[in-house]
Amino acid sequence: MHAKRRRRALLAAAPWMFTIGFFVLWEILVRVTGMSTFVLPAPSVIAEALWQFRGPLSLHSFHTAWMTLAGFVIAVVFGLLLGMALGASRLVHAGSYPLLVGFNAIPKVAVVPILVIWFGVGWLPPVLTAFLISFFPIVVNVATGLATIEPETEDVLRALGASKRDIIVKVGIPRAMPYFFGSLKVAITLAFVGSVIAEYNASNFGVGNLMARASADFNVPLLFAALIALAVLGVIMYAATAIVEKRMTGWAQRSQMASA
Amino acid sequence: MQAFVDIHDVTHIYSGAEDGAPAVEHMTLAVREGEFAAIVGPSGCGKSTVMKLATGLQFPAKGTVVVGGEEVTKPVKLAGMAFQNPVMLPWRTTLDNLLLPLEIVQPHRSRLRRHKAEYVARAEHLLAEVGLAGQGAKFPWQLSGGMQQRASLCRALIHEPKLLMLDEPFGALDAFTREELWCIIRDLHAEQGFTVILVTHDLREAVFLADRVFCMSARPGRIIAERHVDLPRPRDLEIMYTAAFTDIVHELRGHIADARQAA
Repeated sequence: MHAKRRRRALLAAAPWMFTIGFFVLWEILVRVTGMSTFVLPAPSVIAEALWQFRGPLSLHSFHTAWMTLAGFVIAVVFGLLLGMALGASRLVHAGSYPLLVGFNAIPKVAVVPILVIWFGVGWLPPVLTAFLISFFPIVVNVATGLATIEPETEDVLRALGASKRDIIVKVGIPRAMPYFFGSLKVAITLAFVGSVIAEYNASNFGVGNLMARASADFNVPLLFAALIALAVLGVIMYAATAIVEKRMTGWAQRSQMASA
Repeated sequence: MQAFVDIHDVTHIYSGAEDGAPAVEHMTLAVREGEFAAIVGPSGCGKSTVMKLATGLQFPAKGTVVVGGEEVTKPVKLAGMAFQNPVMLPWRTTLDNLLLPLEIVQPHRSRLRRHKAEYVARAEHLLAEVGLAGQGAKFPWQLSGGMQQRASLCRALIHEPKLLMLDEPFGALDAFTREELWCIIRDLHAEQGFTVILVTHDLREAVFLADRVFCMSARPGRIIAERHVDLPRPRDLEIMYTAAFTDIVHELRGHIADARQAA
């Protein structure tokens, strides 16, 4: 029993130990090799930069978070609607799927210059890039959830005179919800990528833009500090969607609940 | 007297069938009101097609299907269905699953919200009748397979259908649970007097439950034999060990064997 408890405590401590160990190793490596901060700044230097630039960093982080969320919300609304259309109608599905796949195949960085020509440098390119890059997984997941209703369920309801709309409302949409919430985790991460890329190239604000300027100044510690800020922001947004997913679709995670 | 379910000289080809071969051909079948009919046949003989035709989920290419005095041109609405797979919706409690048909079919659909208590009472009564008293608040995935199947029977009966269509509903259950459910469906039928069409591949099940057993040929399916089961009701499970019972099962088995041979 004692060994078991120790093992569990070790498991609980492992994430902290590994994370701290990672930074300690990094610090040692930089100090021992005497690497220049222009190449790889030590964690202590990055921490210093984080503190020194805490004002602009948090300001720009908030801005980036807003851009990401705005694009993400548009992607959710659009993705839900398009996903439902795709899942409900085989014609729409067959017709638009190649287009969607083709569109999704375009690296979204390549769209940014066009967005700049259309909307100029500002807040629109980051929001739109976040949207464009993140709606696809939502569409695919919602459509899959709707299209995979068990034929027997459909038969039971259709034999009672249920309309297509009845079946989608009563079965399709609730059934698609775990797929939908699952896709949000992917989508928020992608939206974040999109907004930062667009900020880097086509904005006067946001962490992406801050990095573009730091890069021009060869301020490598600030670049790394910005990376840390991005990581924190990304984890927060991912965790938020994961919590929402768990709350909304507990019935779909029943196997985990049963084993817990 | 006119039959309640009258399938007359029906040939049906699924639109998606690759070979264009009919699932059933020149099929004629008449079931009286209140009768318990069983359809048996070799696998893939189009038994399930009969279900779909009788409930208006499919329409015959040739021939006519009349249910309750009306030719079937749209889903019939007076039927309840249960399948081998209980297909309960996992995000609804068992009770809410039972109420699902009432959210679809008229006149309950427009009454449900205002008379909720009455319908919930009906659902709970049904649950009690199949031995699931007090289990309504559980989610279907918290129930065993046999319990889910009972709940699925309740769902098929909640809107008091005049026709109950059962597509191998006991197929996936263990032998003891199956016998229990036979008795439940036997009692429900005796009590409520609805018409039942049971599709099964279990001859003993068919003979135990049904007034008449229809044998189907191999694909394309049609009725090759019809056997009246004159065993007295109510039937006890013990009846399955009598010579009269075994004789009927044996005779039916002969028809199925012939049908398989011919295929």
